[in-house]
Formats: sequence, structure tokens, C-alpha cells
Amino acid sequence: MEFEAFIGMEVHAELLTESKMFCGCSARFGGPPNSNVCPVCLGLPGSLPVPNRKAVEYVVRTALALNCEISSPTIFYRKNYYYPDLPKNYQISQYGDDPIGKNGYLEFLVNGELKRVRIRRVHLEEDTGKLFHVAGDLSQIDYNRSGVPLMEIVTDFPPDIHTAEEAREYLVALRTLLVYLGVCDGKMEEGSLRCEPNISIRIKGEEKFNPKVELKNLNSFRAVYRGIEYELKRQAEVLSKGGKIVQETRRWDDARGETFVMRSKEFEQDYRYFPEPDLVPLTFEPAWLDAVRESLPELPLAKRNRYQQQYGLPAYDAEVLTEDPWMARFFEEAAEEYHDPKAVANWVMGDMMRLLKENGADVRSIKVTPAKLVKMLKLIDAGTISGKIAKQVFQEMFATGKDPEEVVREKGLTQITDEATIASVVEKVLADNPKEVERYRAGEGKLMAFFVGQVMRATKGKANPELVNRMLAEKLSGSGGGI
Amino acid sequence: MAELYELTACELMELLSRGEVSCREVAESVFSRIEKIDPVVKSFVTVTPELGLEKAAELDAEGAKGNGLLRGIPVAVKDNMCTRGVKTTCSSKILYNWIPPYNATVVEKLCRASYTPVGKTNMDEFAMGSSTENSGFFPTRNPWDLGRVPGGSSGGSAAAVAACEVPIALGSDTGGSIRQPASFCGVVGLKPTYGRVSRYGLVAFASSLDQIGPIARTVSDCALALQVIAGHDPRDATSVPLPVPNYLDALVPDLKGIRLGKPVEYFGEGIDPQVRECVERAIEVMVGLGAECEEVSLPHTEYALPVYYIIAPSECSSNLARYDGVKYGFRTEDDVDMITMMERTRDQGFGAEVKRRIMLGTYALSAGYYDAYYLKAQKVRTLIKRDFDRAWEKVDVLVTPTSPTVAFEFGARTADPLQMYAADVCTIPVNLAGLPGISVPCGFVDGLPVGLQIIGKAFDEETILRVAYAYEQNTDWHTYRPKIGSEEGG
Repeated sequence: MEFEAFIGMEVHAELLTESKMFCGCSARFGGPPNSNVCPVCLGLPGSLPVPNRKAVEYVVRTALALNCEISSPTIFYRKNYYYPDLPKNYQISQYGDDPIGKNGYLEFLVNGELKRVRIRRVHLEEDTGKLFHVAGDLSQIDYNRSGVPLMEIVTDFPPDIHTAEEAREYLVALRTLLVYLGVCDGKMEEGSLRCEPNISIRIKGEEKFNPKVELKNLNSFRAVYRGIEYELKRQAEVLSKGGKIVQETRRWDDARGETFVMRSKEFEQDYRYFPEPDLVPLTFEPAWLDAVRESLPELPLAKRNRYQQQYGLPAYDAEVLTEDPWMARFFEEAAEEYHDPKAVANWVMGDMMRLLKENGADVRSIKVTPAKLVKMLKLIDAGTISGKIAKQVFQEMFATGKDPEEVVREKGLTQITDEATIASVVEKVLADNPKEVERYRAGEGKLMAFFVGQVMRATKGKANPELVNRMLAEKLSGSGGGI
Repeated sequence: MAELYELTACELMELLSRGEVSCREVAESVFSRIEKIDPVVKSFVTVTPELGLEKAAELDAEGAKGNGLLRGIPVAVKDNMCTRGVKTTCSSKILYNWIPPYNATVVEKLCRASYTPVGKTNMDEFAMGSSTENSGFFPTRNPWDLGRVPGGSSGGSAAAVAACEVPIALGSDTGGSIRQPASFCGVVGLKPTYGRVSRYGLVAFASSLDQIGPIARTVSDCALALQVIAGHDPRDATSVPLPVPNYLDALVPDLKGIRLGKPVEYFGEGIDPQVRECVERAIEVMVGLGAECEEVSLPHTEYALPVYYIIAPSECSSNLARYDGVKYGFRTEDDVDMITMMERTRDQGFGAEVKRRIMLGTYALSAGYYDAYYLKAQKVRTLIKRDFDRAWEKVDVLVTPTSPTVAFEFGARTADPLQMYAADVCTIPVNLAGLPGISVPCGFVDGLPVGLQIIGKAFDEETILRVAYAYEQNTDWHTYRPKIGSEEGG
């Protein structure tokens, strides 16, 4: 039996605003439970919401970057349902035909092919508090997160995404976009970017869609991929056996690699949406929208294409370098000052990314500047240091932020290019290892590496490798020299 | 000489500014009056003598430095406006113990105007009702006849003012809840334009209709109180950023050039003929003061009541969802799971009328009914607004009865909610259109006060205050005082 899959994506992104959606509390939650709250985000009787302009602007930015139409006026609605983490027992959200953004699309590459996924809506709402279940069958609520601005991005129906890979790549591309726009930090592990895919499959050729299953608790790109893969297989098995898919929400268990039923959605909940009477409809001046549109940065896909063309980078390099806008900026600043962009790319993607990862650091706080990296590359070109020594130099630059020349000077890492100095070391090495010399001369050519290593060790790696190689070859092949 | 508690705010201010009395003396007079009379009238849910006397003493100590607009004037506040550190119950069991950690904007403004806090007045639970019989604690009595209701939902505020327990009280008006009790109690009640006074800290009943306003014994006192509480508030997105005019300057005792409109729909069937007669005589007085009067028509008036009873309950069903026993207020004592706890808390904490409206609203907003009820009601609401807009092309203010009848007896309408709802038929359209309206005393029927409603254009409180003032100054209805209970003999 052959199946086709339809995967809708619902993504929630916490916005990087200073304050919450409808009050002045900080949006950077954390701290002791219920320490970052006020009458508004606690939903105390009499309190009223006032919309956060910055949050609205962020959603407009995102909607424009996703090629959406902007609704003006856009309207807030109340979504009514009872749950203790929702202090008012309604959530201020958006609904119907007038979310901030609608009818857009996101383009990205899947295996080198351009893929377009249509976006149905981009809207703004408030986050809920968090419920904790503690010992003794008790629950406790922390409202610090209550009221944090949350952007929801929903794909269109019928879904354009048909595989787990496409779903993951969509999410990667969306995350990169949000980070570029500076509207979300995109940290899935911390929940600032949350993805809830809904998945349905049908036997190929059938017209009717089967009920969809919503997945929760996918906290990484890998989990998104694995969760969807698992669910596709599970549903295929059910249908193959002649069973029926039921509409439900399932929770992904990352450790066990399976999904479990959270709740069945046999009865669709009636949220009794109606326009939020405490807020007035928001309208956008065309001139303001134009200004926001013009302020959009170069978007990831465009940047990636440009890197391939302008810098002649391979597709892979262009992708890796553009995943993070600050990384891209670092690369570009260095590449502009250096004749070989690929060499810059190698250093950035190699030693620099490795050190950042090992130190759990962010490129935004890196001590090495692009200019210093270029200086170091020029030291290699000038023969002042070898490529190998450069790795040591870079590590020191990374740790201290020092200028490469300073590092070289302080640590005495200047390459030895004086032939007489190298010659004397070569002679000493050969004199100290007569057996190896004999074996080499008898035809054991691979011992050359041994000699090179000995010379390098004696010079603490500072000898110019080319000179070492040449002089060793000369001495070993020559019969003279008194050995 | 009259007792201090009998004086109006403007009269007290005269004495206070001349230093003839102290704030403390005024406060003492008021609190002793409350102590004496409130066990009979029952206007207050909470009285705050310690707070009030302390504040008055502070004001005296400050002397001339403290020159707030309401310096030393005792003001009562309806119990649905948040007062930091003082219980705010909405006369509901579900909030019987709730002490807000913050002040409503109007309370902040009263504080800045150096008022003397007196206490929190009784009301229909969550402002749902027209008689204060729906209070979750006890009914308030009409000072003119203790066997009758004071009206509602701001019945406590209106009765407190009428019984000379305070010169000024704040009320809230969603469908007539300031004007109708003012009418029943023979005092002046002003509902400002929607958006004129901040709703921040007013416990919401129906957000698109609720508006705070003053109740007092004279138009001047109402103007004074409005001066203090009006103005844009960045905490209320529906409050309007317009400058606040000087309302006391608007009080001119003639009506030259004023065009009165008499909407025919407000003088027909259902209006008590004696009430109608009072209102028509009032119009004659106003014409005598220089006003012109013509009949106008507001053809969609008959739909106002049904529209209101869809929109207000819809909003209330959502606004009151937060009272679930989780965070504050009453929680059921039954040892049950979380969901059942929420259900039982609401079942045991809300009264019958509140439950009725929550159910009405929940139904009207439900999938499949939304378009036929809520959406349709919003459309008709627009038509009602347009009726008024057309009237404004011809007239400056509209004059109508405030209520179709005088105060009714306790229990007379509790059995039939629809009959109770009809008590607001003249006031509800004004809320739906967001307009300002004022009720002033215009006579008596069988010894019970009758109210005249003056409706104005949006944000034109000045004109309705002027018309009300001119009428008041040329009649003596506002000088009558009820004899309450034992006072009658004495």
C-alpha cells in the first residue's frame, strides 16, 4: 500500500521584547515563581491589557518577511477555555480573517531543491503560565511566563509539507529567519521556539483526508524529524491493518523514541472566540508598513545565494555560514579584507566554530575580531607562522582576544626560516638517529615523516615545514656531510 | 445650621477653604451619620472610619499645602472599584475576602485630589441588576421608603448620597446602573461618555459598556467629581486621549440656544403616566429657560433591550471566567479534584442572576449561535448608534424619563427577570451608543422621586451638565430630603 503524507506546522515563537504583551513586566522570565507578575498578567479583577507596540512591530516584520498580506485593521480576540495556567481563563489571541499577517509563504532548500511552503497566518497572542505537578498529588502554578508575547505561525491547508525532512528543513529555515529578524532567539530546547506539527496520511489516490494527529513535546530539530517519522510509520501501520486514525494529541517521548496519546479530540473544543472588548482594532499606516519593509535585513536564502556567487563558496559553506546572522556578519567582515574567502570560511567553520561550541559561547561575544583573523591569515601568507602554528595562535586569540602578532611575539612562535639554523637542527637529528638514517637510505622512505617530526619537536613546531622537508631530503640523499 | 453631613461637596469646600471647619470634623460628621443611619439603609459593604479619619487628620496637618480639588471631601466608592488594601467584593460571595494590591485609576485620582475615603458601597452582584436585591450580602433600602429598592446596580452609592451618608459616591453604569438608582433615590447621577473615564481597576461586567461616573445631590457636585476622575489613562486602551474641559465653567443657569429633542419612543407605552407627566413638566420648565424643543425619533429603540441582553452577558461570561477559586477569592471547601473544585467554587460562589447571565452569554457566543446572536446584536447596536447620530443633526440633547417607573417594592420583580430588565429600557440605549447621560430629580410620584434623563453627544458632558444645572437651579427638587425611619418621628 502506498501512502501520501500531509504535515501542517504550527510554530509558536516567544518574542524578544523587553516587556510582556499587555503589561510592563519583563518578558525575560525566570527567577523565583510568581516574582515577575503584576495585576494585568495575573488577570486580577479590574486589570486591563494594553498592547505592546514592539511585539506588534515584530510580528509585522515577520509577516512581511514571510511575504504575507498585512491586515489593517487587525483585531484581538478572546479564546475562552478553563485551565489554571491561564489566569483569566481566556487567552487574548487572534482569530478569523484579520490576523496581523496572512497568505504568505516561506522558501527554503531541501536537498538543493527550492521548496515553497504556504503560510496561512502569522498572529500575536499571550503566553500562559506554567503548571508544575509536585509530590502529594498537588499542582503549583508559576505565572512568570504569563503574558509573554507569543507569535504563532501556521502553514496553509492542504499542507505543502509531505516528509519529515521537509518539516525539519522548514523549521530550520523558519528559525533562521526569526533569528535574522531579531524577533526570537530560536532556542527550541528552552521552549522559546515551539513546534507542534499535525500529521495525517492517506492511501495514495484517495481524496478524503484522514483525521490528523497533533504532536507535542518536540524540543529539537532532531525530535521533530524523529517524531514525525515515527508518527508516519505508526499511522501507515494502522491503515495497512485496516484500522482507523483518530484525531488526537500525542506526546513525543524522546528517550523511548515513541509517541503516546495525551488527549483525544473527539469533541472539538468550542473556544467561543469574540473580539476582545478591552482593546481597540489596530490599524497600520501604509508609510509605516513601508518603513518596516525597508528595514528588513537581507534574508537567509538571499544571503546564501550571494555567498555562493560573490565569494565562490560551495553550497555547504554558504549554508553553514548563513545559519546565524552574526556568524555571517563575522565571515563577511573578514572576507572583505582578505583575498581568499574560502580560507576565511575554512577558519570560521573549522577552528572558530569548534572553539565556540566547546566553550558553549556565542559568536556575538567572541573576543576574536574579523580584522584579527585576517591579520593572522596574513601572518601565514608572509611565512611568519605556519598553518599548524596558526591553530595554536588562534586558540590563544580566542581565549584572550589578543592580536595575533602579539601572541606570536609573546610565545616566541615566529617561524624559523633561517636555513643555517634549520640545517644545524637537521644535522643534529640525523646524528642522533643513525639507525633510522640507515634504514631510510636502505629504502624505508616513510621514515621521512619521523625525521620531520623530530625536527619540528626540536624547534617546537616553529621550523618552516617546506625548508625542513627540503633540507632533510638533501641531507639524506647526499652522501657528503661526513656521516 | 445644617449638620456638616447634610452639606454638598461645594458647600463643604467653601467652609474648608475658609478654615471654618477641619477635614477631620467633616469626616467625623459623615462617619457618625453612617454609624447612625446605615444599619437601616445598608448602603455600605465596608466602611473605613480609621482610614478616613487618619487621612482627614493628615490633610488638616498639611494645611494650605494640600489643595486637591476634593480636599477633605468624603467620597464613597462602589465596591467594584479596586482599592488597595481595602476589600473589593463586587457584593459577591466569590470575592468576599479579596483585597486588591492596587488602586483603580479613579481611586488614584481621588487620592491625588485629596479626598477622604469613606468606604465601599453595596451593589447588585457584579453590577448585574436594577434593584441591589442581587447583592450577595444584603439588599440596600431606598431612603425615601425603606420598603422599596434603591434601584441598581449602584444602589448603595445612590442610597448613601440620598441618605446624606456622603456628598459624593462613585458608581458604574453598564445599562443604567448610575442613572436609574439616582432617579429612584432622588439624586443626580452622571454616566460619562464611554472612554471619558478610565476603567482600569473597575471590575469588569461588560467591558464595551461599563463606565464609571459620579452620584451626588447636586449637578455642581457631579461636575466637580467628573473633573477629578475624567481623562485619558494609558492603562486603559479604550480610554480616549482628549483634553478634559472645565466642567464647573459649563454650569450656566439658562438654556438660551439649547435645542432639546424629545424622542417619541421614550414617552409611549410602558412609561408610567405620572412619570411621563413629571418629565413633560420638566421640559416645559426648560423651554421657559430659553430652550427649544422638538420631537425626534430613534426608531431602533425597541431593539436596545434584546441587543443589550446578548452583548452584556456575552462579555460577562468571559469576564467572570477568572473567578475559579485558583488564585483569589472564595474557594469551595469540598475536598475534590481541580476541575471539580473550579466548578463547585463557581456554583457556590455566584448568585442566581450572575449564573443566568453567564449562561446566556456562553450560549450566545457558542459555535453555531455566534452569528445569529452576538454578531447580529453588534450590527443592531450600530443601527442604534446611528439613530442618535441622526438626532444630533437636529438637537443638542435628548430628554427622556430615566426610568419608566418610580422605585418598586422589594420582591416585586425578582420572580420575573424580564420585568426587572425592563427597568433599564430608557438608559440602555445610551450605553449601547457610548453616549453621556445624566439623571436629575424632576418631581415626585406618591412621595417617590422621579428622574429626568438628559442624553448628550459623545464627549459633550458640558452640555448635559449645563442643561441639568439650569433646570436644577430653577426648580427645588434637589432640596428635598428623605426622612429615614426613626427620623420620621423625630
